[in-house]
Amino acid sequence: MSTLKIENLVAGIPGKQILNGINLTLNSGEVHAIMGPNGAGKSTLSGVVMGKPGYVVHSGSVTLDGEDLLALPAWQRAQAGLHLIMQYPTEVPGVHLDDVIREAYTSRGRNTSTLDAEIVAEAARIHFDMALVERSMNVDLSGGEKKRNETLQLALLKPKFAILDELDSGLDIDALRDCARRVEAATQEDNLGVLVITHYARLLEELRPDVVHILAAGKIVKSGGPELADELETTGYAGLTQ
Amino acid sequence: MSSTAHYPGVVLPTAEEEIWRYSRIEELSLDSFVAGSVENKVDAPADVASIVTQGAAVGECGVAMPIPVDAFAEINAIHCSGAHADIITVKTVRGKSYASPVVITRTLSVSGVLAAPRLIIDAAENSEVTVVEHFLSSDDVSSLIAPVVEIRAAQSARVTYIAINELGNKTWKIAHQQSLGERDSTTRLFTVALGGDYARVRTEARLVGIGATTQQVALYFADKTQMHDFRTLQTHIAPRTSSDLLFKGAVQDTAKSVYTGLIRIEHEAHGSQAYQTNRNLTLSHGAWAESVPNLEIETNDVKCSHASTVGPIDDEQRFYLESRGIHPDIAERLVVLGFFNEVLERLPQIDVVSGLRAKVAAKLHAGAQ
Repeated sequence: MSTLKIENLVAGIPGKQILNGINLTLNSGEVHAIMGPNGAGKSTLSGVVMGKPGYVVHSGSVTLDGEDLLALPAWQRAQAGLHLIMQYPTEVPGVHLDDVIREAYTSRGRNTSTLDAEIVAEAARIHFDMALVERSMNVDLSGGEKKRNETLQLALLKPKFAILDELDSGLDIDALRDCARRVEAATQEDNLGVLVITHYARLLEELRPDVVHILAAGKIVKSGGPELADELETTGYAGLTQ
Repeated sequence: MSSTAHYPGVVLPTAEEEIWRYSRIEELSLDSFVAGSVENKVDAPADVASIVTQGAAVGECGVAMPIPVDAFAEINAIHCSGAHADIITVKTVRGKSYASPVVITRTLSVSGVLAAPRLIIDAAENSEVTVVEHFLSSDDVSSLIAPVVEIRAAQSARVTYIAINELGNKTWKIAHQQSLGERDSTTRLFTVALGGDYARVRTEARLVGIGATTQQVALYFADKTQMHDFRTLQTHIAPRTSSDLLFKGAVQDTAKSVYTGLIRIEHEAHGSQAYQTNRNLTLSHGAWAESVPNLEIETNDVKCSHASTVGPIDDEQRFYLESRGIHPDIAERLVVLGFFNEVLERLPQIDVVSGLRAKVAAKLHAGAQ
């Protein structure tokens, strides 16, 4: 079993502190949801943990099985077993999914001889059209297609932990279900640990969390079971963050 | 202004002239060269063998460029009527489509020479042909090649021309591509420039017949101290003509590139459309690229657009790939090859083209930042 541990994380962008001491422990196979209103620091948290340029860490730590992730560049965090599904997946013109996955496999010392077949099988599993797989990464894809593409990569790379940053934004109901179910399956088949960052509870109806954290003003103000998400649906953030 | 002993009457331009701005013309001294030739190899399978003539007469010249457009076209014209004449013609038969490409390899193997080969592609009505001109020299050849290609596409003819520059890093190239598109014709001019020390191409597509279409597409990638220099002209003379230009380049180390492009829509060319896109990646801090697009429109009722960018690799793209566990150098390689894919995918899929992606990849070195 693996553990992703965030301790007293204080971070932000230059000149502005956004995260004011985050503590969170996520184990393999668990699904934790982080919910919060706009501006709470949800995307900053995912960016800081993954190592996206532009963020500044003031104090605290993020470790994966004791390894200091904050000391590593993004590509080494990914190799250590961390994966990020971005809210707005970046378009990379002329670069195709199989090019990326082949390099990602190679950099992990994985065999690529059956990669094409793996892509076909995974694409079928989340109903991602193979014709779209041939396209440039995220170029001319709809919101739903982009997230299927992201989920496909997650399924192939089999990380230890995945951060889903607003996986549900821009998603139609079918794509939401396909992506959520595939991630849910990975928690059982591959013992994937998941940190689901979302504004809305509807994703959590498909991807049931073990723990729900409420993030407000850069701090986790409340943690609880899945019922916390339901409560949020009725009370709204105002009731919970006061 | 300097005149030369070898080419009386020819006056070299200076960088003061707008079309030579940013160029390395001031470094050139024609006195350091003697007139010479390239070695030609023509690969023309049976179906195209009969349409290729090596050593054609000077009378064949002028189908698309009747009057030399500058000093180097003049030098080429002087060669054509002299001891170092090197004229190859490809003349199609009316109504015929040729499946095999004609592949001409021009190799410069001696230092200190100025070679000025000419290629004439004269496509008869409703015919179709593809011609590749591949320029080669080894790294120790310090010479100048001033090639001219003239292309005439008669009514409804379809011509594809591909120039590949794999010259050595001491060879200079100052080239001209000139096409003339008659009614409803299609001309496609491709350039892939990887080699040369200073390599310049002036490419002009002239649309003289109603409904003529042209595409000008280039990939250029300079490293070390190389410089690639492109001057493009999309000249619309007849109504309802269309042109589409896509030039994508990268510079690495202390290499330089220049792109200046002019869309010119003349008075009679109403109902025309013209597009021009130039994108440049600067892969090292010491590398430099310039992009200057221009429009000259003398009539109404036209559709024109131009776009030009110069800049380093996009940080977001790099991060996206790195977040998949890919080393930054490999991420950069993927982004650059992806950038060039848009051009490579437009090229006809023939043998000589299929190896180009690997050649671009080989030129990219790790840690270019």
